Amino acid sequence: MLWKHTIHIQGSENMSLLGFLRTGLTKSRNAFFRKIGELLKGSKGIDEVREDLEETLILADVGVVTTEKILSELENRLNGAGEKDPLEELKDILVDILGGEDVPDIDTCIRPYVISVVGVNGTGKTTTIAKLAHMLIRKGKKVVLAAADTFRAAAIEQLKIWGERVGATVIAHDLGADAGAVAYDAVNHARARGKDVVIIDTAGRLHTKHNLMEELKKIHRVVGKVVNGAPHEVLLVIDATTGQNGLMQARVFKDEVGVTGVVVTKLDGTAKGGIVIPIRYELGVPIKLVGFGEGLEDLKPFSPRDYVEALLS
Amino acid sequence: MFENLKEKLGKVLKNISGKGRLTEKNVEEAVKQVKLSLLEADVNYKVVKEFISRVKEKALGAEVLQSFTPEQQFIAILRDELVRILGEKKEDLKLVHRPSYVMFVGLQGSGKTTTAAKLAVFLKKSGRRPLLVAADLRRPAAVEQLIHLGNRVNVPVVVGDRKDLFKIVAEAKETAESRNHDVVILDTAGRLHIDDALMEELAKLKELLEPDEILMVVDAMVGQDAVNSARRFDEILDLTGFIVTKLDGDARGGVILSIRYITGKPVKFVGVGEKLDALEPFYPDRIASRILGMGDVLSLIDKIQQQMDAEKMKKMEEKFLKVKFDLEDFLEQLREFRKLGSMAEILEMIPGMPKVDLARSEEELKKTEAIICSMTKEERRNPRIIDYSRKRRIARGSGTTIQDVNRVLKSYETLKVMMKRLKKGRGLFKKFGIPF
Ligand SMILES: Nc1nc2c(ncn2[C@@H]2O[C@H](COP(=O)(O)OP(=O)(O)OP(=O)(O)O)[C@@H](O)[C@H]2O)c(=O)[nH]1
Ligand SMILES: Nc1nc2c(ncn2[C@@H]2O[C@H](COP(=O)(O)OP(=O)(O)OP(=O)(O)O)[C@@H](O)[C@H]2O)c(=O)[nH]1
Ligand SMILES: [Mg+2]
Ligand SMILES: [Mg+2]
Repeated sequence: MLWKHTIHIQGSENMSLLGFLRTGLTKSRNAFFRKIGELLKGSKGIDEVREDLEETLILADVGVVTTEKILSELENRLNGAGEKDPLEELKDILVDILGGEDVPDIDTCIRPYVISVVGVNGTGKTTTIAKLAHMLIRKGKKVVLAAADTFRAAAIEQLKIWGERVGATVIAHDLGADAGAVAYDAVNHARARGKDVVIIDTAGRLHTKHNLMEELKKIHRVVGKVVNGAPHEVLLVIDATTGQNGLMQARVFKDEVGVTGVVVTKLDGTAKGGIVIPIRYELGVPIKLVGFGEGLEDLKPFSPRDYVEALLS
Repeated sequence: MFENLKEKLGKVLKNISGKGRLTEKNVEEAVKQVKLSLLEADVNYKVVKEFISRVKEKALGAEVLQSFTPEQQFIAILRDELVRILGEKKEDLKLVHRPSYVMFVGLQGSGKTTTAAKLAVFLKKSGRRPLLVAADLRRPAAVEQLIHLGNRVNVPVVVGDRKDLFKIVAEAKETAESRNHDVVILDTAGRLHIDDALMEELAKLKELLEPDEILMVVDAMVGQDAVNSARRFDEILDLTGFIVTKLDGDARGGVILSIRYITGKPVKFVGVGEKLDALEPFYPDRIASRILGMGDVLSLIDKIQQQMDAEKMKKMEEKFLKVKFDLEDFLEQLREFRKLGSMAEILEMIPGMPKVDLARSEEELKKTEAIICSMTKEERRNPRIIDYSRKRRIARGSGTTIQDVNRVLKSYETLKVMMKRLKKGRGLFKKFGIPF
């Protein structure tokens, strides 16, 4: 079923990232890749292919500013001594930006480990929580979900359905209830029952809405009172289709609630999620997970190398 | 970073004297700034390239008119080109059949379900009898979501047996006819444009319903990929238009330009909040300035027009334009503008206006009022005579400080200078429809 998603629709540049993310392919062999590769090999510098590279990166939502920085870094590296393969250099630059060869891990050693999942509306927070809970439960963790989106219609029902499917306890109040109180109860429940992880589903909110950002801070303060240092993890969910606004989202969420990692969702589409590059580059926020479908298995730790291979394919 | 395109264009184009043609070199520079700004607003790279080359062509051929500075001329060309793509005027729904079917389609999480409920509210207000249909059987609790929303706005929701999409649609048709609903709004599951099976499902629904409107709901924050999904949905369904949601944030919304350019289909509504009344008809001319990052010149006019009657407007125009602009006029302006939102906010909407710190709050306005009212008539008419000892007296009389008095006088001076600039730029403002 999922493999169907990788059908190309308008030439190779739109190929889905899914294949790469699922299998971690290291080499791709489609036309566009060869074009860039060959152009780079045949050229003396990157001057001749600068526009192609610029186009590739900008079309992936990397943004003008970061694209320019990356390309001048590439120029610098190629001007240095020795024969270098420009394409491999470019990949290395991107991998470096994204945190190197290591694949990040969410270490839920502390008990209960409290994860708050935040982001603008409709990015995939609730679905990601279900997938993450599934991942942790499979590792033998006991997971509690907090239905702290008390605002959106049927958000609570949605989380309950997921909770049932993955086998996680869901702590919920009624629609319109205080979100902080729900989170508080969930963390208390986890502490009392010796559960390992609490994941808080928060309502989608635009980073520009001051009062909603304050509400989020309050949720975090409240759980911090139950468990020292909670929330231990604040995951910002970014939709792969997001353009330059993603950087503003990340900046504000980081400043306001101390984001510890980013989850990029919907990478099973044709969007490449390149906004994570400036997010990491400009703000230093690590990318931790990738989502690539609506099923429970469609979540993986973020591998910078795999991602870059997919991006430049 | 590219927020202030207007300023940058100003710098690039200001060296040219008032008359004559735009030259190749400065157009090149200006065009580069526009390109950056559009990319920053998420307009698709390829669309930007084509757009830019048109603007360049036009700008080089254009004769700079007497009343325009080259900068103004360039911006006018830019704006005209934008509006040409975006469409001249707002496009309404075309609900011709009875009952009339409206299908909502789009990627996951774009806002379909919420917007379906919003449209029901909108139509109800205009005297229609809408019916909602929960045709998303995939997302957990999607049906409950629509039921909640329907309840909230008092619009019935057809749910069916929750298993067979086509049965639900048949039931919706029946309900619409038997209960005399004249518009039926169908909320479908979010799906990827490359999911052939699910796209096929939409095509079948379309065949079954023969909808008057098939609206693709698009998130305003979407980047470069928007053209791919919009194109595919349009290819398969021959959309009648778009609804762009989440414009209440700070996304510049370049996606609007991209999808219109690629499909030629109009944006009919925009979503500006999570509340169910946060849906507005789309006015193409107004979004142009937002995409360009130049301040929403046209919304400003609208705001002013809505809240001031014509006569007052004329008086105001006279005030704006008369050489004499004293502190009494200043106070009156402040009071007038308070009605419209803060003065500074209004002025910021006008391209090229420097930021001024004017009475932003009611409290500050009261203070300003007290200060001006503590002046003699003579002082108000001729502020230049206000020396240190007069300031001290005014401060005492108004219960404020000398700093406060200075601040008011400075604001007044700034505004006066701006009035002069507005006068000089009159041609441009006329063109944009601003009445001063
Ligand atoms: N194709 C695809 N769809 C996804 C992915 N993640 C989530 N979705 C879908 O995106 C839509 C929104 O997901 P939610 O999890 O409800 O998003 P949310 O951020 O919780 O939304 P709000 O709470 O309303 O802000 C649903 O239709 C999900 O099935 C993904 O990785 N790929
Ligand atoms: N701020 C803001 N949020 C909006 C707007 N329109 C929708 N939303 C929010 O966006 C999120 C997703 O909205 P839905 O209506 O569930 O989106 P959908 O397209 O039906 O999602 P799927 O059915 O999962 O594909 C919700 O949190 C909505 O409240 C808008 O104009 N502004
Ligand atoms: Mg949610
Ligand atoms: Mg929906």
